[in-house]
Amino acid sequence: MTDKALWAATRKGTFKIEKSARRWRATLVGHSGVGVNYVARDPNTNRLWALLGHGHWGAKLSISDDDGATWRDNPAQVMYPQGARYIGQDMYEDSASEFGVAWKTTIRNATLLKLWVIAFGDDGAIWIGTIPGGLFESRDGGASFELNRPLWNHESRGGDLFNGDGAGETKWFGTPASEGGEFAPGIHSIAIDPRNPARILVAISTAGVIETRDGGRTWRSRNKGMTMDHNPDPEAEWGHDPHVIQLCRGAPDHIWQQNHAGVFYSDNGAESWRKVSAPSVGVHFGFPVTVDAHDGKIAWLAPGQSDAQRMAIDGGLFIARTEDGGVTWRQQRKGLPQKDAYDVVYRHALDNCEDVVAFGSTTGNLYVSEDRGESWAVVGHNLPPIYAVRFG
Amino acid sequence: MEWRAPNSPTACGFPPLPTHLSRANLCGVVQVNLTRHLFAFFPQLEGQLVEVEATDVAGVVRALEARAPGIGFYLCDERGRLRPHVNIFIGATIIRDRRNLSDAVTAGDKVSILQALSGG
Repeated sequence: MTDKALWAATRKGTFKIEKSARRWRATLVGHSGVGVNYVARDPNTNRLWALLGHGHWGAKLSISDDDGATWRDNPAQVMYPQGARYIGQDMYEDSASEFGVAWKTTIRNATLLKLWVIAFGDDGAIWIGTIPGGLFESRDGGASFELNRPLWNHESRGGDLFNGDGAGETKWFGTPASEGGEFAPGIHSIAIDPRNPARILVAISTAGVIETRDGGRTWRSRNKGMTMDHNPDPEAEWGHDPHVIQLCRGAPDHIWQQNHAGVFYSDNGAESWRKVSAPSVGVHFGFPVTVDAHDGKIAWLAPGQSDAQRMAIDGGLFIARTEDGGVTWRQQRKGLPQKDAYDVVYRHALDNCEDVVAFGSTTGNLYVSEDRGESWAVVGHNLPPIYAVRFG
Repeated sequence: MEWRAPNSPTACGFPPLPTHLSRANLCGVVQVNLTRHLFAFFPQLEGQLVEVEATDVAGVVRALEARAPGIGFYLCDERGRLRPHVNIFIGATIIRDRRNLSDAVTAGDKVSILQALSGG
């Protein structure tokens, strides 16, 4: 078992998942009716953070200091600074084109479109990933947040647009996950090395994986070995679509990645990646991956049916576990529906802590296993669409 | 004037309020009606007769921010533009300038701030 609590961020609020009288139950503890993209606890302060996406009122940071009983907006919110701009791509009507449409790049003013992920360094730093691709950091416990400008101004995005129009070309493309409907890049993964909190891997849809080793002052791509089936140049440096990355806290050079184009694994700190998809057992497409905290060769996935369909494979839901770095995979189906299931598990909606594994789907189904995925218990079938399931 | 973080004695990294929301251009007293949805986040405004001094809609938002810190970022984005699914009426007329909120208000006006009906 685990001494950590379990949380679910959903389309309609934040839920606490607890076991009582031998049954798991989900209780709505905050943000009733509000979209919650992510919820996590800062281990340095014990504070809970929820990343909200109000339909009308924009993205907001919400905090709780009493284990979820009461919530309030954090006094400091994430805001893009004046002058923050980025290069976007727009399709427009063009009668001169034989296709009737053409593409153009435009420089857009940046405003916050989505709060997507939050992570906490052992040095007390708080990092937040957003759409349109800004990474924000706080060095004062969340009393203020600042855009990380070296990443925002990175050459892969066309350089410094605070001062001039940069190089005019970006290698960062969009994700449909924006709440504002704008097609813009998004940071959904922040993996901090517990041995050295100045070393951070960030994953971006759609660009790839990028690393800093100096606390965010310089960044370099970490996409070697990743391939894109959908690209004329499958090994291009940029343009990759990692859906999520997670590192092993006990062995931080072991990093897992569920990517649009398959499953990738690195055992050398993302110096290079190795594709470990196994289509014969359904392991290829999907969104989440979660890694054992002690053994970097152990990971769980929630595979889905191809990028074209994005639903449970053949109507049967399963979690896939490897214990040997992706050489072999085991399907874990006991307790999960094996026909007429159409669930999709989003990138943050699968997590593990010691022997407990939990996941939730966009169809509002939430499952927990207390034996590392060997068997599953139902928490609920009628929850709102689930965006994130996290221990903390 | 800077837009300070709610409940905080410091600026907390908030950017200065966009210029058009910062003008000290107060004079007429207008009455503000807020959608009840906002009371869930700013309960201190519920049941209150909200009257503010302003000469334009930007001034109304700034006055509301002073009374209910944080509400400005609910109504507007960090560029000071009205959010896409928020509407403001002066009397029965919807405002025209969603970018700078420059529509004038005069003493006795009733300003209504609503969420747009943007869904089924």
